[in-house]
Amino acid sequence: MSIVLSIKNVDKTFGGLQALGDINLDIEEGKTHAIIGPNGAGKSTLLNCCIGRLIPDNGTVEFNGKNMIGMQPHDINHAGMVRVFQTPEIFPELTVLQNVLIPGFAKRDGIFKFNAFTSLASEKDIEADAMHILEDMGLIDQIHNSAGSMSRGDKRRLELAMGLVQHPTLLLLDEPTAGMARHDTNRTIDLLKTIKERGMTKIIIEHDMHVVFSLADTISVLAQGRIIATGTPDEIRGNPKVQEAYLGGAEL
Amino acid sequence: MDAIFLQILNGLDKGGAYALIALGLTLVFGTLGVVNFAHGALFMLGAFCAVTLQKILTISQKVRDESITFFEAYKEQPYLEIWFGDFGTKIIDWSVPISILLAIPIMLLIGLAMERGLIRHFYKRPHADQILVTFGLAIVLQEIIRSFFGANPIPTPAPDIVAGSAQIGVLLGLGESVVYPWWRIIYLLFSGLVIFLVFAFLQFTTFGMVVRAGMHDRETVGLLGIDVEHKFTIVFGIGAVVAGLAGVMYAPILPPDYHMGMDFLVLSFVVVVVGGMGSLGGAVAAGFLLGLLQSFASMNEIKAILPGIDQIIIYLVAVVIILVRPRGLMGRKGVMED
Amino acid sequence: MSMPSLRNDWVVMAIFAAAVLTAPIWLSPVGAGYPDLLQKFAIFGLFAIGFNILFGLTGYLSFGHAVFLGVGSYTAVWSFKLLTMNVLPAIALSILVAGIFAVVIGYLSLRRSGIYFSILTLAFAQMSYNLAYSVLTPITNGETGLQLTMQDARIFDEPTTSGLPSTELFGMSMSGYSGFYFCAVLLIIGFFISLRIFRSPFGLKLLAIKSNQTRMRYTGFNTKPYLLAAFIISGMYAGLAGSLMAVTDPLAGAERMQWTASGEVVLMTILGGVGTLIGPLLGAGIIKYFENIFSALNPGELHQIFSWLPDWLENIVVAISSEFVGDGWHMTLGLSFMLVVIFLPGGVIEGVGRAYTKIRTLLKSDEANESDESVLEPEPVLSAEKE
Ligand SMILES: Nc1ncnc2c1ncn2[C@@H]1O[C@H](COP(=O)(O)OP(=O)(O)OP(=O)(O)O)[C@@H](O)[C@H]1O
Ligand SMILES: [Mg+2]
Repeated sequence: MSIVLSIKNVDKTFGGLQALGDINLDIEEGKTHAIIGPNGAGKSTLLNCCIGRLIPDNGTVEFNGKNMIGMQPHDINHAGMVRVFQTPEIFPELTVLQNVLIPGFAKRDGIFKFNAFTSLASEKDIEADAMHILEDMGLIDQIHNSAGSMSRGDKRRLELAMGLVQHPTLLLLDEPTAGMARHDTNRTIDLLKTIKERGMTKIIIEHDMHVVFSLADTISVLAQGRIIATGTPDEIRGNPKVQEAYLGGAEL
Repeated sequence: MDAIFLQILNGLDKGGAYALIALGLTLVFGTLGVVNFAHGALFMLGAFCAVTLQKILTISQKVRDESITFFEAYKEQPYLEIWFGDFGTKIIDWSVPISILLAIPIMLLIGLAMERGLIRHFYKRPHADQILVTFGLAIVLQEIIRSFFGANPIPTPAPDIVAGSAQIGVLLGLGESVVYPWWRIIYLLFSGLVIFLVFAFLQFTTFGMVVRAGMHDRETVGLLGIDVEHKFTIVFGIGAVVAGLAGVMYAPILPPDYHMGMDFLVLSFVVVVVGGMGSLGGAVAAGFLLGLLQSFASMNEIKAILPGIDQIIIYLVAVVIILVRPRGLMGRKGVMED
Repeated sequence: MSMPSLRNDWVVMAIFAAAVLTAPIWLSPVGAGYPDLLQKFAIFGLFAIGFNILFGLTGYLSFGHAVFLGVGSYTAVWSFKLLTMNVLPAIALSILVAGIFAVVIGYLSLRRSGIYFSILTLAFAQMSYNLAYSVLTPITNGETGLQLTMQDARIFDEPTTSGLPSTELFGMSMSGYSGFYFCAVLLIIGFFISLRIFRSPFGLKLLAIKSNQTRMRYTGFNTKPYLLAAFIISGMYAGLAGSLMAVTDPLAGAERMQWTASGEVVLMTILGGVGTLIGPLLGAGIIKYFENIFSALNPGELHQIFSWLPDWLENIVVAISSEFVGDGWHMTLGLSFMLVVIFLPGGVIEGVGRAYTKIRTLLKSDEANESDESVLEPEPVLSAEKE
């Protein structure tokens, strides 16, 4: 098994607060790697360090053998590492369909392309792909609504669609089901399982243990900026250290 | 040496005006978060307070002109002179300083009305909308003034006693050739005084404390149950008064006309941005800095090396500051920064 | 459905072209059917259409776009002085030079956004304006303005003997109706390009930048070149408009670059409807039309207009309304502008849209619903949305 993403000795402090301390993590190709941990543990910060939103104080983030630190966010995106945000970062004034077309264009056009004289109407391939994914996400009947007016759960699914349409090598999911109704959560789990069968590598941050244990091959537990355990779901379930840090002793 | 001294004085004096105009603008931005393109119009309205008072005081009656004897000649004589004789003449002569008293309540009222009637509905709108609506208001205000006072500049002289130039060279031992207009020295002192008062007010009163806290973190102050909105209305009034006072005192330096506000608007924005949006200290520092730079750039020696530099120095500084240090000289990090 | 169809675009263009070319006919009942005014519509329409490509699509509010107008005019007059009175080289050169200015100013200004961007563009415009009046006098002829003279080289033209030559297109004079039709053709081309941009992936990406620029970066776009491209295009439109001003009247002055001129195009765009295709053109037309009518009115004519009122009322009405005409035209402008920003942030187009839906719902109550969408129905108005 080859390693897609390799995080080595990553540190990050905000003022006096150590948000990440000496993080080491290897993500294997085709696997779904879950990162769990209490609020404020540094999970989102870790993803931010991967996609160029934050620059770690120390350490390297190697993606397919190439160090991503210091690279522009758009270059990291084109390298194949795509993030789905925790708080929806959609284009509120555009329609749902347009929201998904944009990442589709990014994938095809690269960081800049002056296609000012081709008509949107002739972009059949990208539209078809977007419609397909919106169908999968159950958003097909909303495609002409403005994205800003959707419910929170629908925005999260749109976020996910925007990530998926880029067919990334590595998808970083930050709490993809937060704020979703049970029914939609199950639907999302099914979708993510299908994607897994197609071989896409994922990092998923989740609080919902049902989601984590249905999807993850490997789980890492983050607490106060440090990884305190990494293992299979069964190993993590039985690990007393994890129960201590994460749930104050309660059963997982 | 003398030339340099004069340039410094000139720069400080210009800077005083810049700082005073920018002070109100940055105060309003820092507290209310509103980009007010009508600020220049407030400055202009202040200047027209002086014009108005002068007009009122010189309302005249036709009387026989005694100095002409060989035919019946008439001249206009202000009622004030007719009623009070020499004392009346004195009052007319001092109309500009007196109009300060008039300008304070008037500008306060205008400011409050503006905030209540228009600005407050734009707090939540994008900055572009704020710019546009206040720009429209500025046009309306200046057109109202034009329809009352006409398009020509109206000379509004300072009192006779300070109309000439001060022999500051003699005072400071620099030689007789060093002279400077009295009124501009007074303007410099006046702006210093107003700036001091504004700072003292914000520093030493409870009201000022709340406003400063609100500038820093509006939400929290609001959560403490303090009626920030109400206080901010008053802040807008204060901003209008400061702009108005700057205008009143400027009337003898530049005969007011209806578009003087627009001319100063761009400049005052530059000062505010260079100082750092919302920073009072920054606005004052930037005002004086730009005044000095402008003054030195106008020296023939400098112009010989860099032709045209006097025309663009202020904008050049603004461009460099925004590109290199967008928060300005003293602005807080993160205020509209990118 | 989701994407405007190509055929639809051609229909829009056909209607637009027909409307523009027949403007002398259908605008004459309202007293606007003469070439001078029609030319103004076309020229300011182009200016506003171009400005809208920047402001409407990206949300970046430039307060210095008049620079490009001025640069365009100066370049065109120089082309008339040095090269030929033929307007084509003048126009091409103006667009080119304005584009070069836009590259420089845009590259620097776009390093910042929001109000800082506005102030940067304003600062560049003021610098250009001040320099044009002072040290650049050899190029701009300072306060007098740049004019044609008998001594001009005009290397491609025969030397003239009788009086100053006038602008021409292969022998066709650029005054009167031929001048208007020339501007009209350019307006149609300009509108067509704008339409294509609005309906292209590039245009959609610009809208997305306006909506959430940060997200665009994480979606794999480098937003700077997109913004710069939009800035340059809109600068070139302004350069074209400036050159057409010189075509219709071969004279260029620095006041064309003053910041109030930059403000005017902002007003036009907002008034018509930011981010809509036809709005800016409409705004330009409305402002220029009423400027023409209102500024020409005087109290005497007002008395005539209101003569049907009782005398005392007539006097009051005339006294009030005379504040808004003649020199008071700017008052009307400022006031209506405020009203639009306050009550109709989407501009006239939004107003028309609202009225249209209202009428439709009224009609629907008795008629079976018939859904044929107006082809000119605006794109969603983004900027009007509250933050
Ligand atoms: N830009 C920032 N500046 C300062 N502190 C930050 C910043 N981003 C995150 N932090 C702090 O770093 C710590 C880790 O935050 P992070 O968002 O990574 O937590 P998390 O594990 O994602 O939590 P949650 O489950 O609530 O999403 C928190 O204490 C947070 O306050
Ligand atoms: Mg998080």
